[in-house]
Amino acid sequence: MITAAPRHLRASYDVVIVGGGPAGLEAAVAAQAGGATHVLVVDREAEAGGILLQCIHSGFGLHRFGAELTGPEYAQRALAQALEHDIDIVTDAYVLDIDAQNRVKLMTTTEGVSLVDARAVVLAMGARERTRAAIRIPGTRPAGVFTAGLAQRLVNLYGVLPGRRAVILGSGDIGLIMARRLTLEGVEVAGVFEIMPHANGLNRNIVQCLHDFDIPLHLSTTIVEIHGARRVNKVTVAPVDAALQPCLDRAWEAPCDTVLVSIGLIPENELSQQMRLRLDPVTRGPVVTSAMECSRNGVFACGNVVHIHDIVDFVSSEAALAGFSAGQFVTGALPPPDNVRLLPGENVAYCVPHTIATEREHTVYLRARRLLDAPTLRLVDGAGAIVYEKRLRYVFPAEMVNLKLRPAILQHFHGDVLRVELVRHTDPRDESTQGEAAP
Amino acid sequence: MDYDVLIIGGGIVGCAIARELTRYQLRVALCEKEVEVGFGATKANSGIIHGGHHAAPDTLKGRLEWEGNQLWDALAQELHFGFRRVGELTVALHAEQLPALDKLLHHAAIKGVPGVELWSPERIRRAEPALSPAIIAAVYAPTTGVVNPYEACYALAESAVRNGLALLTGFPVERLHRYNDGWEVITPSVRLTSRYLINAAGLYADEIAGLAGVRTFTIQPRKGEEYLLDKRLQGLVKHVIFPCPSPVSKGILIIPTYDGTLMVGPTAEDTPDRADLRTSTHGAQTVFAAVGQLVAGISDKDVIAQFAGLRAPASGEDFIIGPTAQPGFLNAAGIQSPGLTAAPAIARLMVELLRQEGLTLTPRDDFVATLPRPVHFATMSTQEQIALTLRDPRYRRIVCRCEYVTEGEVLDAIARGAATLDGIKFRTRAGMGRCQGGFCTVRCMELLARAGGMALTDVTKRGPGSWLVRTRDAQKEEP
Amino acid sequence: MSEIHTFHYLCIGCPLGCRLEVDAEPERQSVVEVRGFACRRGREYALQEHTAPRRIVTTTVAITGARWARLPVRSSAPAPKDKVRAICNALRELRVSAPVAMGDIIVSNILDSGVDIVASRDMAALLPGDS
Repeated sequence: MITAAPRHLRASYDVVIVGGGPAGLEAAVAAQAGGATHVLVVDREAEAGGILLQCIHSGFGLHRFGAELTGPEYAQRALAQALEHDIDIVTDAYVLDIDAQNRVKLMTTTEGVSLVDARAVVLAMGARERTRAAIRIPGTRPAGVFTAGLAQRLVNLYGVLPGRRAVILGSGDIGLIMARRLTLEGVEVAGVFEIMPHANGLNRNIVQCLHDFDIPLHLSTTIVEIHGARRVNKVTVAPVDAALQPCLDRAWEAPCDTVLVSIGLIPENELSQQMRLRLDPVTRGPVVTSAMECSRNGVFACGNVVHIHDIVDFVSSEAALAGFSAGQFVTGALPPPDNVRLLPGENVAYCVPHTIATEREHTVYLRARRLLDAPTLRLVDGAGAIVYEKRLRYVFPAEMVNLKLRPAILQHFHGDVLRVELVRHTDPRDESTQGEAAP
Repeated sequence: MDYDVLIIGGGIVGCAIARELTRYQLRVALCEKEVEVGFGATKANSGIIHGGHHAAPDTLKGRLEWEGNQLWDALAQELHFGFRRVGELTVALHAEQLPALDKLLHHAAIKGVPGVELWSPERIRRAEPALSPAIIAAVYAPTTGVVNPYEACYALAESAVRNGLALLTGFPVERLHRYNDGWEVITPSVRLTSRYLINAAGLYADEIAGLAGVRTFTIQPRKGEEYLLDKRLQGLVKHVIFPCPSPVSKGILIIPTYDGTLMVGPTAEDTPDRADLRTSTHGAQTVFAAVGQLVAGISDKDVIAQFAGLRAPASGEDFIIGPTAQPGFLNAAGIQSPGLTAAPAIARLMVELLRQEGLTLTPRDDFVATLPRPVHFATMSTQEQIALTLRDPRYRRIVCRCEYVTEGEVLDAIARGAATLDGIKFRTRAGMGRCQGGFCTVRCMELLARAGGMALTDVTKRGPGSWLVRTRDAQKEEP
Repeated sequence: MSEIHTFHYLCIGCPLGCRLEVDAEPERQSVVEVRGFACRRGREYALQEHTAPRRIVTTTVAITGARWARLPVRSSAPAPKDKVRAICNALRELRVSAPVAMGDIIVSNILDSGVDIVASRDMAALLPGDS
């Protein structure tokens, strides 16, 4: 039986980790492997495990464990590992602030507000959901409008239902998963509305969450008004044009008493902003080195707080790196600084980490701006010369690309900036590089 | 008679009158139809305590605006709600607007509002670098302030209750009859009697007057949409920024709220529907187009919340305050801007009017003017936070991560009258931040359920009809 | 020879999402042809999905004496697709009590589907004094 027994807080730790989800738990274990002795994980929920505790569906751990685990199963493995390693985990607790000396202002149920010294800190706060207000859906403010994640929590942890008849805005995986979940719990799901002309989530979820239950998916459609004085009673929906503007002349009404808004996740960086860390405006997470170190020494970050992941297995790898680096920082063993900046180029929305070192091996995560079939991934120097390229089967925005960079690839590169591009196979530049073989 | 005075309507005006009356040896009651006070126009109000120089001096609005403005410092000090005199600038973009600015200076002179002066573009730029360089002049008034209108409303109600007010929420008034030398008030659950009735029923003041047989005015609702912007814009402007006023509206403003968020609005749209609280694409466009003329750097991408409120003006556009043809029935109606500002002055005026109508007013010597200072964890120093949480474990959990609201503050709010999610929100700010309740909603629901001895399914957003969650119906056929 | 219908499936193997077509008799017997796949996995998926589609079932059951009101559960293996709703409905009546260990069998061979329903996590029994 996995239980985190309450521990007495120390006055100082080698590493304090903000967030006890899959990222924080993994980082904790890795921090010890990296050289830290006393590690504290702080989580704001009643128990550690993060968002996985409410993700009761399967699909986690395929890469890491070769098994199709549910969210809670994955979380329990991460927690068990952390507990084996004599790591302090405090739950029902909150990190209020971290000052320039890495002193952590903490709120716990046992001590109240207290200050804990940390030699290094790992930020693993995860993400929050975009709200209805973020896209300014006009109308009234009745009860019955929920973000998909809040509805998921209510259903899966509290056993209550958000309503009787729901519509879902957004065809990302969370929205699709909730379409199925609500249906299996006896809530009628009248439809899923997606503003883009294509669905956002995995095909597996389109099939197993929508097709299986005959739930209509309306592409190129959005909600233009929410109605209802006290409780939602209907929404007005309308198709959108190529510029994603609603065509109100073709609007129609869908009676419902519940609206689930599933329009994206944002890294939760309030603490990072308080700490004045440099943030990437595209990822909305901190700018990080290849050691996952932020713009302040001794502050590391990993998981959804850096950039929104699709696959928790990669969250764990990223967290292992961040935690290990934090441990190395404590013992003064961090590797030398990076020497190359990575910039997102054509069809690349962002890449993380933001810098790399040519003499070390890295996994670079990047996202495409649009779907491409059989594209070429390229690293291009400041003058436009191709330093490295690789054919991929496909890229599309909803699936992160992992690029493994080995020292051999960049051993002859001496510049300080590399642009990462994803180009069509028939890109005219192919002609100009004929004869240059990719390593 | 059950009561000497019964106030119908628990908005800012009704609550201000209630508190004023509890200074005297009277039996006072307030009937509010919603589950909490302030759930009508008050909660959607812009929160501006006007400088005193806007409304024309020859109107009731005009007189009471300046008188009211001067009463807010004492109120805020006694009742511990946030109030700050940030000052305002009414700006002109074209020469044709200058006479309107002159009029404001003139009003200020007549009413004796101090410190109101015309500023040159250079002076404006120095004080507000973010304002458009196209602005040619502005009238500055140091007397303008900002407040959270719902906070003030709750504080007034709470103070009145401490001093003996019978606060009856969830009691809509359905019928009124003359009864002996007073009135009989019929609500669905109880019949009450009172010598005097005060009609502070806002949007429904004309209907209440009609129930008393003195419907001499009609309320013509005017909707205002407001847009709340992300905290990152805090400090972009420091004063309340007004455009040149129009005959019906002060225009679309840029308001640095007491809490540090920027709010833009309100629109002004006449609507026959007293329940029309919809925000609209058109409203958003109107607001951001207007604001864009005055400040660069504000866009609709910064919106974190949008809402609408309905002003309750009467045709004639002035306050209707005073006795009617029905003995013992007095109006405090037709309230639109500067209603919030004027509320403390309206309350004093109402006391005088009641005295003239024959009510004996003997001051109480046990009137408690103050309220205990509410805990506001987010603005405490670290040392204060450590001391608070050391002595009181209820404050050792964060409920609202965006606004750093503790569980103890939510429990305090419930103890002080919050019965709904919105009631908690308006008293503590939980749910007002960027994530708009994503984290705190369930926690607040749990706390309400536990405090009220009810199930999660009984918790509402703002009263009957606004249920949040349900359980599966036992009889429902399985899918 | 009876009529041949064409059944359509969306392949879930990779994001390319090939549109798969399966020609077979209307009663879904004897597959005649499979088209539309770009790789071997797609063909295999089409055949499986057409002849014997299966789904992992995940849901929650009511639990007493634990911190949360619901225990997440999963099927031990993919269950026949046409039994998913019935399985979830059957689980609705259940009430288990804490403590429960991850992997505990909650219902064995549910509705004769050949799969067990197992607990997806540990859930400790709340001690008196716990919130």
